[in-house]
Amino acid sequence: MSDDPGERAGFDRRRFLLLAGGGVVVALVGLGARFALKRDREFAYPEDLNAYLRIGKDGRVTVFSGKIEMGQGVMTSLAQMLAEELGVAVASVDLVMGDTKECPPDAGTFGSLTTRVFGPALREAGAKARSALLGLAAKRLGVPRTALAVDDGVVSVIGSPARRVTYGDLAGGAKILRVVDRRVTLRTAKEFTVIGQSVERLDGPAKVTGAAKYTGDLRRPGMLYARLLRPPMHGAMMVSLDTSAAERVPGARIVQHQGLIAVLHADPQGAEAAVRAIRSSWSEPATTVDSESIFDHLVAVGGEPNEIARHGDVEAAKARAPHLVKSVFHKGYVAHAPMEPHTALAEIKDGHATIWASTQTPFPTRDRVAKMLGMRRDAVRVITPFVGGGFGGKSAGQQVLEAARLAQLTGHPVMVEWTRDEEFFYDTFDPAAVVEVASAADPSGRLALWDYAVFGAGPRGAEPIYASPAQRIVSASSGPEIHPFAVGPWRAPGANMNVWARESQIDLMAAALGQDPLEFRLRNVVEPRLRRALEAVATAFGWQSGPAPSRRGQGIACNIDAGTCVATAAAVRVDAATGRVIVDRIVCAQDMGIVVNPEGAKMQIEGGLTMGLGYTLAEELHFRGGDILDRNFGTYQIPRFSWVPRIEAILLRNDALAPQGGGEPAITTTGAVVANAVFDAIGVRFYRLPMTAVRVKDALAAATKA
Amino acid sequence: MMRALTFRLNGAERTLEVDDARSLLVVLRDDLGLTGAKYGCGVGYCAVCTVLLDDAPIRSCVTPVGAIDGHTVTTVEGLASGGVLHPLQQAFIDHGAFQCGYCTSGMLLGAVALLRSTPHPTREQMVQALDGHLCRCGAHQRILAAIESVAAQGAAAGEAR
Repeated sequence: MSDDPGERAGFDRRRFLLLAGGGVVVALVGLGARFALKRDREFAYPEDLNAYLRIGKDGRVTVFSGKIEMGQGVMTSLAQMLAEELGVAVASVDLVMGDTKECPPDAGTFGSLTTRVFGPALREAGAKARSALLGLAAKRLGVPRTALAVDDGVVSVIGSPARRVTYGDLAGGAKILRVVDRRVTLRTAKEFTVIGQSVERLDGPAKVTGAAKYTGDLRRPGMLYARLLRPPMHGAMMVSLDTSAAERVPGARIVQHQGLIAVLHADPQGAEAAVRAIRSSWSEPATTVDSESIFDHLVAVGGEPNEIARHGDVEAAKARAPHLVKSVFHKGYVAHAPMEPHTALAEIKDGHATIWASTQTPFPTRDRVAKMLGMRRDAVRVITPFVGGGFGGKSAGQQVLEAARLAQLTGHPVMVEWTRDEEFFYDTFDPAAVVEVASAADPSGRLALWDYAVFGAGPRGAEPIYASPAQRIVSASSGPEIHPFAVGPWRAPGANMNVWARESQIDLMAAALGQDPLEFRLRNVVEPRLRRALEAVATAFGWQSGPAPSRRGQGIACNIDAGTCVATAAAVRVDAATGRVIVDRIVCAQDMGIVVNPEGAKMQIEGGLTMGLGYTLAEELHFRGGDILDRNFGTYQIPRFSWVPRIEAILLRNDALAPQGGGEPAITTTGAVVANAVFDAIGVRFYRLPMTAVRVKDALAAATKA
Repeated sequence: MMRALTFRLNGAERTLEVDDARSLLVVLRDDLGLTGAKYGCGVGYCAVCTVLLDDAPIRSCVTPVGAIDGHTVTTVEGLASGGVLHPLQQAFIDHGAFQCGYCTSGMLLGAVALLRSTPHPTREQMVQALDGHLCRCGAHQRILAAIESVAAQGAAAGEAR
C-alpha cells in the first residue's frame, strides 16, 4: 500500500480490491468510463490501468488493445501514445491487439475512432502508470517524487543519475499495485517527444519478411479445411442435392446441418475438389432490380426520410430563386475487396472455443459465436492476427460463425478461407445511392437555398458545411431491407456518395454564376479550419483562379469527416479517343488536430485517395437481382499502379485540437475532386459514378452532337 | 501424378514427393510451411501469390508444382540472407511501402524480378512490371519510391543483387 500521503488522500475503500494472486489493485476513483460509441455501452473501456498495459521484469511494455491492425498503422501510433505518457521508448513497446481474453473490451475498429477515442483512454492509463511508478521509485530511492526524472523507462534522481531504478525493477511483471486516485494530466503538445514523430511502423520487419501471420497462415493439429456449398444467387432455394460424388473424394468428409452443407478435408485442394463434386439444383427467385434499375427502386422504397438539418423557409427560397440548380446523382454498389478474403480458424476443446479471425470486431464476434454455440462468452476467445485489409467489410463475421459451427460439429479445428468468389458474393457492399438536390445562390455567390435528399447511403457527409439561410437535408432509409443483398459500412460509410454529390453541386452553382469554384467555397464555408485547408491546398496545388470549365483539368473539393477538415485538389486529363480519365496529380491538405505519426497519417491520406480512384473511375458491382455478376478482379477492376497519380499530402499543424480521424476523411473527397476536374477539362458534368471510360466516351460523343 | 521433384528453394536443395498437379501455392503454404505467399484470387489476377521461378515472377496459385522440377524457387522468406534484409525489404520499411502487408510478399518478388532484369528501370517500366500486382490499401507511390531508391543505390554501388 502506498505511504505517499499525496496518493492516500481521496482513496476510496469501496474500490479497493484484493486479488487472488496476492496483489492489490485499486481501481481509479472518480473517472467516468469511456465509451467507444454510445450504442455500445457494453464495451466500455475499463478504469483499471492494468487492463491496458503490463511492464515486464526486462522493462518491455506490453500494450493491450481491443483494436486490430489491418494496415492503418495503429499498432505504431498506439505504441507512440503510450510511450509518450509512460516515459518509455517506442521500441520497448509490444502490442497485443484484438484478443478478447487479454485486451480491454472494444466495439470494433471502424469510424476512425482508434486514435480519437481509444487513444485518450490508453494515454490516461500510461500517465497513471507513470505516476504510480514514480511514487514507488520515490519510496525506493528515498527522495520526494519531485526530485525524479524519467527517461526511457529509467527513473533517476535529478542531479545524481547514478541513483536510479528501472520500470522493470519497479513493476517486476506484476500488476501495478498502487493506489492512484489522483487525476493525471496528459502531456501537452509542447512536451511531446514521441507523439508527432514519424516513428517507423512496428509491423514493418514482420511484413517484409513474410513472418507476419494472418489468420490463413495458422495451422492447428488435426485441422481441416472447410468449403461450403453456396447458392448460385442470393435468395435461391435448394431443390435437390446429391453429395455422393463428393463423398467418394478420398479424405473428404461431408457435413450437413441446418441448411449448412460443407466438405472438410485436411488438404485445401481436397476440400475444393469435393465441393465441386456436389451436385445441386436451385430455384432462382424472380429478378427484382439490377445495376441500372436500382436507383428508381431506392427512391421508391426509401420511405419517410429523416431530417438531418433544417432551417429557414425552403419553399419560399425555392419560389424566390431566380436560377434553381436541380441535380440527381447516382452511384452503384462498391465492393470492399480486401486482398485477404474473410478467414477464420476455430478450435473447440474442453468446453472452450478459440477462434482466430480476420475481423474488425473481435468482441462482438465473440459474443455472436458464444450465442450460436450455446457457450458462455468467457468460454469463447477470439484472437485477431494481422488483418489483410478491412475497410469496414470485416465487421460482419459470417465466416467466423461458419468455422465455429463446423468445429463444433466435427470436433476438429476448422479453417474457413473464403475464395475470391465467396468474398464478392457475401460482401457487405457500399450501398448504391441516389441524391436529389436543389440549390440556389444570390448573384454575389452566397448560397440562398440548399434542399438535399439522399436515398440508400445514409447521412454521413450530407451535414451542412456551407452556410445557407434556407436549408433542408434529409436521408431516406439506408437499411438492409431496401437492398437486394447485404450492405454495410465501407470506409467513411455514405460519405463518398454525399460528398461527391454535394461538392459536384457546389461546382455546378459556381459554374452557373461564372465564378471560381475555390472562391465560391471560401465565400460559403462555415468552419475556419476548413477554410484554412482550402487555402493551403490551393497554394500547394498552384490553383489558377477562374470559372470552370477552363480546359485545364483542375478540380477542388472539401469536407469535414471524423473531426478532420480536408481539402483536395486534382489535375486530370481525359483521353478523348478512349474516354479514359488520367489523374496526374492530387494534393490534399488536412487539419486533423494533433498528429500522432505524421508519416502514418500521410500513408492513410495517400491510401484513401488511391482507393477512392476505384469508386470514382471503375468500381461498380454488376448484378441482376440476387445474382452477383462480378466475382473476381477480371471484371471488377480496382486501382492499379498505372492509375495512380502523384499524391502530395499536407498536414496542417493544429496542436490546439486533440487528434481527429485519419483513416477515412481523404477518401471522401476523391470522387468529387476528380469529377470537378473532369468537368473543368472537358465541360461535361457526370451525374453517375463511376466515370468509366465507356461513359466518358459516350458523354463526349453526346456533347459533340449537341 | 505423384512424383519426386528436385528443386532449389530459397538457396537449399529440396526433394519432394508430391502430386505434380497440385498448386505451387498450396504446396508452399501447406506442405513446406512457407506462408509468405498469399491466396488472393485463385486465378492469377492479383499477384499476392507471386514467387520467383528462377528469375521470373510467377503466379504460384495457378502454377502446378510439377513446373518447379529442376528449377529454383524463391519466396519472400528467402530474400533476407544472414539476418540482413534484402535492399528492397529495407527500402519498403524505409518508405512505408505497405499497409496491411498482404500484398507485400508478392510486390517484393515482382520488384526483385524487375531489378534483376532491368537494374535501372524507368517509372514506366516499374509501373508496367507491377501493374498486375493489386494493392487495396493504396501504397503504390511508396512502393515505386522504394524500388527507385534501391535502383539508385544499385547504381551507386555498381551492382544489382
